[in-house]
Amino acid sequence: MSGKTLYDKLWEDHVVYTEDDGSSLIYIDRHLLHEVTSPQAFEGLRLAGRKPWRQSRNLAVADHNVPTTEREKGIIDPVSRLQVETLDKNCAEYGITEFTMTDARQGIVHVIGPEQGATLPGMTVVCGDSHTSTHGASGALAFGIGTSEVEHVLATQCLVQKKAKNLLIQLNGQTRIGVTAKDIVLAIIGKIGTAGGNGYTIEFAGAAIRSLSMEGRMTVCNMAIEAGARAGLIAVDDVTIDYYRGRPYAPKGSDWFMAERLWQRLHSDDDAVFDKVVQIDAAAIKPQVTWGTSPELVVAVDETVPDPASEADAVKRQSMIRALEYMGLNAGQAITDIVVDKVFIGSCTNSRIEDLRAAAVVAKGKKLADNIKLALVVPGSGLVKKQAESEGLDKIFLDAGFEWREPGCSMCLAMNADRLDEGERCASTSNRNFEGRQGYGGRTHLVSPAMAAAAAIAGHFVDVSLIGEGC
Amino acid sequence: MRAFTTLTALVAPLDRANVDTDAIIPKQFLKSIRRAGFGPYLFDEWRYLDRGEPDMDCVQRPVNPDFVLNKPQYKGAEILLARENFGCGSSREHAPWALEDFGFRAIIAPSFADIFYNNCFKNGLLPIPLASAIVDDLFGELFDGYCLTIDLANQKIITAKGKELSFEVDENRKYRLLNGLDDIALSLQYADKIRYYETERAKRAPWLFAD
Ligand code: SF4
Repeated sequence: MSGKTLYDKLWEDHVVYTEDDGSSLIYIDRHLLHEVTSPQAFEGLRLAGRKPWRQSRNLAVADHNVPTTEREKGIIDPVSRLQVETLDKNCAEYGITEFTMTDARQGIVHVIGPEQGATLPGMTVVCGDSHTSTHGASGALAFGIGTSEVEHVLATQCLVQKKAKNLLIQLNGQTRIGVTAKDIVLAIIGKIGTAGGNGYTIEFAGAAIRSLSMEGRMTVCNMAIEAGARAGLIAVDDVTIDYYRGRPYAPKGSDWFMAERLWQRLHSDDDAVFDKVVQIDAAAIKPQVTWGTSPELVVAVDETVPDPASEADAVKRQSMIRALEYMGLNAGQAITDIVVDKVFIGSCTNSRIEDLRAAAVVAKGKKLADNIKLALVVPGSGLVKKQAESEGLDKIFLDAGFEWREPGCSMCLAMNADRLDEGERCASTSNRNFEGRQGYGGRTHLVSPAMAAAAAIAGHFVDVSLIGEGC
Repeated sequence: MRAFTTLTALVAPLDRANVDTDAIIPKQFLKSIRRAGFGPYLFDEWRYLDRGEPDMDCVQRPVNPDFVLNKPQYKGAEILLARENFGCGSSREHAPWALEDFGFRAIIAPSFADIFYNNCFKNGLLPIPLASAIVDDLFGELFDGYCLTIDLANQKIITAKGKELSFEVDENRKYRLLNGLDDIALSLQYADKIRYYETERAKRAPWLFAD
């Protein structure tokens, strides 16, 4: 018999019961909640007279709607305020731990989970949010769920699932200087497409993945969902274990040693068989910039905007034409000639300390270009913010003309006051460039933190691998 | 949950690939804490000429006459005919809620995004994946007043021309949809198994059950 993939192992560890048709009841070790997708679930629980199965496995935080300025004034928008207050009320009523808006640990749900050690290797992690795939970076099986499933997990601590197929994405060799985790994952999506991972759990492996920090691994797994896979995984190694040692919710004392032993086996066996394997040459990846309204519409920064006329598939050609029109771009235009209006450094993809450091290296001692109307840096959590401030990163950004904000989702999806105006163009470190994502009529280009900072300084896209050191 | 057995209904065509959940229900409507009432904002950015906000009275808003669902011949459509990768993007369950609240009961497309596909079944909506070529044919044979019959028990679609098409659906999901059954009640039938699992797992990973 052939060996097991990491996904096979995680799956088997969590099966409570399997039906004849292969659908299984899967135990959920960690359930994360936020204000947008939970109110209707609590409403359903209440209506049915049910109670949470195991309160301690739930952790809640308000992130999508929270303001990133003047937090002491509360939330001005009544609808946003109602959602956040509803979360506070529900958590109090059902005895669920919540990091409220004024808690120092508050932040984006996918940043605080690993940061607190609330999501750990070997766990099943779910949240009513598609970027839950982020937590797979620690060798956890983590995926987004819908609100009915949020209710299901609250009531039963389980989910009904069918096993996905195994896809291995192997990054061979090492990336060049200036090429980050974000460029790796954008290049992968450019290659396999936004539906390339449909029906699969993706394991990211290879030398270039092993060389990434935990923060970088989270960036890669975060965008597994943009490649169509519900979950992305990276095997446990020393980097993983070192990261979790001493985190507030991580096991302590003898439990830690027991956990470490258990986690050591969280990798695919050498003879494991994958349903599909994609090989990628990491050394060939350059800094990436999306030009369209889907993450797969991406090119390297030294290329030009593609020409729909050279696309053979009619449906694809149509969506390229529509994307160019929406984005206000012309085929053949050099990416480095694209002038931006706003810059957003943040989101659950790129708001961790390492991301802020990479942006700060580029911004240090420079000034925003005159055409930049707004450049936001939004740390992923209160603790990331504190860490950055202790390193003086806030000063670097403020001196260069960036705004330094309170943690939250912010302009990633523009549910709070941070957004693009119609027709505005943004260099953004977030994960989605769909029409209207960052504000009605707004135009989003997805890039790495270093690339976003470089665009803020130059006023247009530039190749950070040419400006050198340590990005 | 509303049961789905057989349905004969008008078909509306949405001839675009990769329709994402942001397009199905734009994010400003996610602020609602309710489950119902999203229908008037379905495809909001395509359907109206102004910018939609929660609690707007949609009757007063300028509609986009070119958008398919605004055309009089598709009024009352309960089946949506769409293109590949329908429902991609954010996991928001508001997307099936909005489609259902608008009046749709089934969606036919060459492929669906995973999470969206799952969410449909939980909300009494039937997503039907059919081969691209068959979906092309259906787009090709549409005429005003075109209806399809969907028979879930027998996994069959009967076209206006009387042609029968069979489709795939997982047995378990079909059973639940046919009977309008609530997922949670079904899972709680296994409460003893869940408790047993917890006891066994606690031996291997006690820190997960420290409370
Ligand atoms: S930062 Fe963006 S992608 Fe991440 S959870 Fe928030 S809204 Fe979603």
